[in-house]
Order: sequence, then C-alpha cells, then structure tokens
Amino acid sequence: MQKEFGGRAIVLDRSDINTDEIIPAKYLTEVTKEALKPYLLEDLKLEGFDPQGETLANAKVVISRENFGCGSSREHAPWVFEVNGIHTVIAESYARIFRQNMFNCGMLAIELPKAAIDALIAQAKTGSLDIAVDLEGQKVTAQGKKESLSYNFNISSFDKALVVAGGWVEFADARY
Amino acid sequence: MGKTLAEKIFDSHLRDEPFPGTKVLNIDRVLCHEITTPVAIADLVWRGKDRVFDPSKIKAVIDHVTPAKDSKTATQAKMLRDWARRHEIPDFFDVGRNGVCHAIFPEKGFIHPGHTVIMGDSHTCTHGAFGAFAAGVGTTDLEVGILKGVCAFREPATIRINLEGKLPAGVFAKDVILYVISRLGVNGATDRVIEFRGVVVDQMSMEARMTLCNMAIEAGGTSGVCMPDQVTVDYLWPFIQNDYASKEGALAEFSKWCSDDDANYVEVMDIDVSSLEPQVTYGYKPDCVKPVSEMAGTPVDQIYIGTCTNGRIEDLRQAAEVLRGRQIAETVRGIVSPATPKIFNDALAEGIIQVFMDAGFCVTNPTCGACLGMSNGVLAEGEVCASTSNRNFNGRMGKGGMVHLMSPSTAAATAIAGVITDARTL
Repeated sequence: MQKEFGGRAIVLDRSDINTDEIIPAKYLTEVTKEALKPYLLEDLKLEGFDPQGETLANAKVVISRENFGCGSSREHAPWVFEVNGIHTVIAESYARIFRQNMFNCGMLAIELPKAAIDALIAQAKTGSLDIAVDLEGQKVTAQGKKESLSYNFNISSFDKALVVAGGWVEFADARY
Repeated sequence: MGKTLAEKIFDSHLRDEPFPGTKVLNIDRVLCHEITTPVAIADLVWRGKDRVFDPSKIKAVIDHVTPAKDSKTATQAKMLRDWARRHEIPDFFDVGRNGVCHAIFPEKGFIHPGHTVIMGDSHTCTHGAFGAFAAGVGTTDLEVGILKGVCAFREPATIRINLEGKLPAGVFAKDVILYVISRLGVNGATDRVIEFRGVVVDQMSMEARMTLCNMAIEAGGTSGVCMPDQVTVDYLWPFIQNDYASKEGALAEFSKWCSDDDANYVEVMDIDVSSLEPQVTYGYKPDCVKPVSEMAGTPVDQIYIGTCTNGRIEDLRQAAEVLRGRQIAETVRGIVSPATPKIFNDALAEGIIQVFMDAGFCVTNPTCGACLGMSNGVLAEGEVCASTSNRNFNGRMGKGGMVHLMSPSTAAATAIAGVITDARTL
C-alpha cells in the first residue's frame, strides 16, 4: 500500500549526514522498527538542531544537502524515519544504499538541484515550511509564509513502481 | 566496444529488466550476519514466506557482537541461529567458529571471480577483490535475496584507478586506499564501481586487495573490483582444485571476467605510489586524509587493530613487526581482534599473539564490534582511537569519541609512542 508523502519540513543543512547520525549503531540490537523511535538523529551535531525538539517531532519531511545517508547499509535509518512519520526526504544527492533502502520501503528519496534546495532552505528560515508531493506529476510544492515554490523532480520508473507497490518485497514477490 | 568486469557480470546474471536502466540480477552469494538479518527473517515469517531460495548459496555468521553481550544481542544471535538450522544452511558460523564476515567468507573460498554477492553490510564491496560484483544492501534487499535470489541495481559505470610505481617500505594497501578516497571524495564514486588496476595491484596479495576494495564504499562506490589473476587462483586453489584440471585451466576461465582493453570508463585516475607516505585521517569523514608526518604527535587513548579492513594475518604481521620487543605506552590501551579463528591460530603459530601480549595488548576473540561502538572496545566521551578500521564518523566507536584511521603498522607505532607516529621513524 502506498504511503503518504509531504507535510511539515525540517531542514538539516549539511552534506554527508551519515546513517550513524540518523540512528547510532548501539541501537542496532533492536529487532523491531518501533523500538528505534526515540533515537532518531540522536547523535547529529548541527547548529540549532535539537533531536528532542518540537521541530523534529512535528516533521514529516527532511530537507538536506549532498550525499545524504552515507555510511552504513543499515535500513534502520529509513525505518527510524518511517516510525516517526517521516516518509519523504528531499536532498541534493544520496548515498546509493540509503536511497535504495528508502524506495525499497516504499518511501521517497527525492533529488533536487542545489538551487532548489537553497530556495527551500531560505524559505524554511522565514518560518514553517509545508511540502506537498505530487508523485504522479513528479512535483514538489513548498508553501511557506511568504511565497510558494514548485519544483519538478525525476524518479526512475522502477523506484516509482516500488513506491506505488509499497516496497520491493511486494514488487519482487509478485514478479519473481 | 569492449566490456568492463562489472558489465560482464551484469550481462551474465541478468534475470530481468523491469524498466529501462534497472537490472535485476541473479545472486550467487547472499551473505548474512546477526545485525541486519533478523529483521528480514522476522518479516519473512510475518508474511508467511519463511523460505530460502537456495541454502547452499546463503552463508551466515555471527560477528558484530559475539559472544552475546546482553539479552538483546543474544536474541539477535538466536534468531539467526534458529533460522540457519530451520533452513539447513550448511555454512553457518557460530561462536567459536565465527569470524568477521568479510574475512571469514573469502577465507572459506566462498567468493569466486564472476560472482554476484550481496550482504546487509556496507563493506560487502570487499569481495570484489576476487573479481566479483559485491554490493552492500539494506535489509529489504537482503530479504528479497534470501527469498528469491535476486537483487535490483542501476547498472553502475566504472571508475578505473591505475596504481603504478612501487610502494615504499612501510607503506601498505591501507595507505593507498586512504589516499584514493581523499582524491575521490566521500561521494566521488556513488553509483560507480571502482576498478583497481596497475602493477601495484598485480603485486598485491588477496589480503591487500581486500583492504583496497573494502573501503570503496567510503568513496560511495557500489563495489570495488580487482582483476582475477594467478594470485586469485593460488588463493582459491584449495577450494576449486576438483573443479579444474589445472591452475592454468582455472586461470583461463577466471580471466574471461577481466575488463577488456577497450572497455569504457567514466573516469580514469593514474596514481604513482612511489613517494606515498603512510596516511592518517583527521576529522569525521574518511576523505579527510593527511600524510602521517602532518598528524604525528596527536595523542590517543586507544589503539584498535582488526576489522574487515585490517584484521587479516598480513595485517597482524605488519603490526607485530613494529611491536616486537617493545611495550605500548602507559597512557594507552591496545586491542587486537584477529578477524577469524584461522587467522588467530596462524598468528599463534607464528608467535604473533605472544608479541601482542608481551607489548601489552588485549587480544580479543574474532569480532568487529569496536569499529561501530557495539562491543569489545567502545570509546568514552572525549576519547581518541587510532584504528585500522574504515570509518571515522563522529561518535562511530562510541558517543563523543574520535577515530583516526591508519594502517596496522602506523597503529602499532602509535601504540608504542602513545601519539600518532610514523613506524618508519621508530
């Protein structure tokens, strides 16, 4: 079943945010996704970011820079987003395994050019930023206090099919 | 136009192309450990699909936290163990027979040229040293691999790194790969295969080639690869001698996988290693690399020698050569984890374990838990570790801890001096 995308965004304004920062390895001893919930981004050191803060608690979308999700292959990174209601990440680029893990879980790893990410981050600085995702039309719309921004995004037919199917297990099971 | 090794493997293993640009490959080896596999097992059980596509192509090991440190890690081990027994997976390595996944699976002769290999572990790229396409994947890819024996990829283009010249004494594969990563950057090889070529690679052992390929992921690479050659055949011969009439025959067969001379590369980098210094990381990204001379004198609290990067017998020999007849500084603690029981045994027989113990090192069983701050050598807040592992992320070995990556030789010299030290200056 397809997940819901979009919503209130949080900005993590740095490149190379790694999967250790998203979910530290010491929590990899958990064998359920739900158990990861309290530890989202616990070790991320970023000016103005508070892992216990309301901005993260209310977020449904993460906006970030280059090479998001680099490092470990742990799917616990997409899972900890998922159990916290974050199904959409928008970044300049991704590490391959994290990107595939997102789509494999039926979630969206949207790539936008630097100029678009710059504009979204600037918008977010003026107040709260709400993102609407039109998967069919491959379009992201950001409604800020001042203005609305809109960007088309590319997604491969395969990744789109995974999102529609609800994930790779569903897709593969039906086909192979 | 000729083909690269990776392209040949993709062509020969293609099961399906559901959409242009997406290649679903048949997988020869699905490797499993106790951290990322249990959730896949639980999901398969929950879906009523608790099956495996081919038990002989699935290999499993408990390696990250072993023996179990608490109830949670005991449960993870039990889930993997029970599953391996339930499905009669012949190659499952439990406490006492277990070792670090990317050391024990090659050591058992499981990885051959031309194989497709996946594992729920980012350092699966290590196995490309055998001329295989080996990629780290998440738990969902692993789950589908276990159930169906397939995995989907965007076909990666290949970056060719020509390593020429002669490695100076005291400079090793680890120094080469740290330097390569500093040149490529942490995402310089994303969606790419890194092909290690040149006379330096030709002269390397399989152990050294594994060290090279192990860190391909630190530049974002999908797989590192080396061309299969006589060194590959000699390493694998005990395991394949019944399959081939002669070593020449095996070499001829393996060589078919080698990249063609007119293959297409997205990028070619020529590096002469003749004047390369030992390399050490600073900061919190693996592309933050400096020559050891610029890092010398940096105090450390712990030295960690081992892991899937540098826990093999050659690595222990290099460290022991520096440590022999010396004591580590009183201000530091040294930890060495031979990567497999065989490596441990060989090190015992060669007197290397004694050298480590005489120097004041703690010798642990084969495991890699310290590298990611899970067990057997976790750092406290503010502590610094000189490590032969592959990742120096902030807090990687323990919250608030700092990691400097280096070769076993540099790590051993650092242990003696208590500060980062070039082994050639001792």
